Amino acid sequence: MKQTHRNHPTYWAFLLHRISGVLLAIFIPVHLYVLSLAVTDGALLDEFLRWSSTPIVKLMETGMVVMLAAHLTGGLRLLGLEFLGWVSWQKTMVALSVGISLAIGLVFLLNAD
Amino acid sequence: MIQNTVQSETWLWLAQRTSAVVLAVCIAVHLTTMIIAMQGGLSTAEIAGRISGNPMWLVFYGIFLTAVAIHAPIGMRTVLLESTQLSAKRVGLLTMLLGLFVFVLGVRTIFGLYQMVPAS
Amino acid sequence: MTEEMLQVSVWKGDAKGAFVTYQVRRQENQTVLDLVTHIQRHIDPGLSYRFACRVGVCGSCAMTVNGKARWTCRSHVSNVVEDGRIEIRPLESLPIVKDLVVDMTDFFDKWAKAKGSFEPTCSCNDEIAAVSPSDKKRRLADAGIECIGCGVCYAACDVVRWKPDYLGPAAMNRAWTLVNDVRDGGNDERLRAVAGDDGCLSCHSQQSCVERCPQKLNPTMAIAGLKRETIKAALKGKL
Repeated sequence: MKQTHRNHPTYWAFLLHRISGVLLAIFIPVHLYVLSLAVTDGALLDEFLRWSSTPIVKLMETGMVVMLAAHLTGGLRLLGLEFLGWVSWQKTMVALSVGISLAIGLVFLLNAD
Repeated sequence: MIQNTVQSETWLWLAQRTSAVVLAVCIAVHLTTMIIAMQGGLSTAEIAGRISGNPMWLVFYGIFLTAVAIHAPIGMRTVLLESTQLSAKRVGLLTMLLGLFVFVLGVRTIFGLYQMVPAS
Repeated sequence: MTEEMLQVSVWKGDAKGAFVTYQVRRQENQTVLDLVTHIQRHIDPGLSYRFACRVGVCGSCAMTVNGKARWTCRSHVSNVVEDGRIEIRPLESLPIVKDLVVDMTDFFDKWAKAKGSFEPTCSCNDEIAAVSPSDKKRRLADAGIECIGCGVCYAACDVVRWKPDYLGPAAMNRAWTLVNDVRDGGNDERLRAVAGDDGCLSCHSQQSCVERCPQKLNPTMAIAGLKRETIKAALKGKL
């Protein structure tokens, strides 16, 4: 019954930006560690890459790409607001940000082997 | 990041926004590269082959990594300060460690890949 | 015509109080303030609440209605009622004095802390300042000067909720109008006051303030302007 002051697009955009940021902050150390295997244990990395070409992993990677794209596009909206004074069309920009993120995710997924 | 003066907070904020702009460019390059590289499957040899001996990638990933090592810790600092009861000092320390970890791990990998002799 | 009775839950007591539900007959033209007034006059004379003008120009009657901060005199029952129920509680992020009355001290203290007051640079012996209404800075200032300090934006802001020392949208919106006032001489102090984590840099542009402001002001825009000015000041070493 209780609606709150959080029930509007620019707030959801904030939530998405924060959640995607935290997920990325967790993902990146893992990503860099896996990548470091290329130098220290190439065979292990190749095994990992084979495992990661399974559909479920590819789907999770796509999710991470969408998070990255969402954080990026949302961040661009914020930079426009803060540095260029682009205050209008906020809801449209939020919608565009989500749309572009999903599109990028799709391109990633379709190119995944 | 451990101090809490108006000046230090302002510089942190500026570093966050500046690294964000750098990352916007780097991510665009990175995503495109990955989407192309992924076609036909990824392998250690393929990754090493692209980067080894190539100063352009060395510089690119160096800049990319530095920007990440600045942006992620400052971002996590804000999140932790707002959603936990940890002191500003503790949060500053934790996030600096994150940045250091990311940077050191990343630098070793980049240089390692650059110096690798590609497998024949 | 069937008589519809509204279930009106009203907060009674202080922070440790509770909701009390009253039945009020629904009318064709009825505001939430009408409901509160009816309850106090005819059902519970001990109910405490604030109001003054009753016509949407003073901002005194701001309360949280069904989860949203709004002026109760300008909230038509038909626009807020849900399933015949209305929940009325005091504004958030401000200490409750009694029932629907909050202590506005913090709100106005932060206004002062943000240097939201005019610093004159001339005396009454000087010529009246000639500022064209179409001047760029004047237009920026004019966009924010209709704030009447009702506290709705402050109550709607999550950063206010998360950071007790955060200056808040109203104080900074006012600071911005003064930053753009060419007659004002206090900007060095003012930018210092609104910089940092207690000030403009903590705004996440959630824009709940923009959503809720009954005067249709844009504190997010004002705070973004302050961000630019404080960064410029920092780069010039003036912070």
